[in-house]
Amino acid sequence: MARVTVLYFASLRDAAGVAGETVDSAATDLRALYDALRARHGFALPVDRLRVAVDGAFARWDDALADGSEVAFIPPVSGG
Amino acid sequence: MPRFSLSPDPFDTAPLREALDDARAGAFAGFEGRVRNHNDGRAVDGLHYEAYAALAEAEGERVVAEALERFDILDARCVHRTGDLAIGEIAVWVGVAAAHRDAAFAACRYIIDEVKARVPIWKRERYAEGGEDWQHP
Repeated sequence: MARVTVLYFASLRDAAGVAGETVDSAATDLRALYDALRARHGFALPVDRLRVAVDGAFARWDDALADGSEVAFIPPVSGG
Repeated sequence: MPRFSLSPDPFDTAPLREALDDARAGAFAGFEGRVRNHNDGRAVDGLHYEAYAALAEAEGERVVAEALERFDILDARCVHRTGDLAIGEIAVWVGVAAAHRDAAFAACRYIIDEVKARVPIWKRERYAEGGEDWQHP
């Protein structure tokens, strides 16, 4: 079990209704964490459309959850 | 001094250009991305940009650093807006100083293309007919 802070942006934030939350999760990796939160909040975007960051740096979906870390789910970007 | 920054407010581009003044520079290439009044056939009233600031600043800085490595340029800057923007406002500004124009144009193009593709910033369009939508291309 790991306790992580999760950050949501853009359409994910609107769907979740919050900009972030603290989550206790038994997910084995970041992909499983997203899939669980997608089911909870009804996110439209599948994991393969997103990138993920941990503690302010891009990470890999098969990285394990680190207790106390900050996980940011990054939907397709549209700056410029 | 960062070469990439986010600006929550409208910014003046003259000081950004002056920061790139260099006696060795025979070329300056600039790009301004502006808010247009339509997208995909829909009339647009304005935009809102949101950023994951910590990562956007780090990734934007990497993009400009890559341009400095790949092209024969002297220096470059990029500023991206956040918050609410009206039609015609500058959403993103890129400036590149180089000895010659080819490298200046190429680096300017590289920076805007990579910023659009990689930097965690999101656009929400507000439509004239009502409603708003996040853009997740």
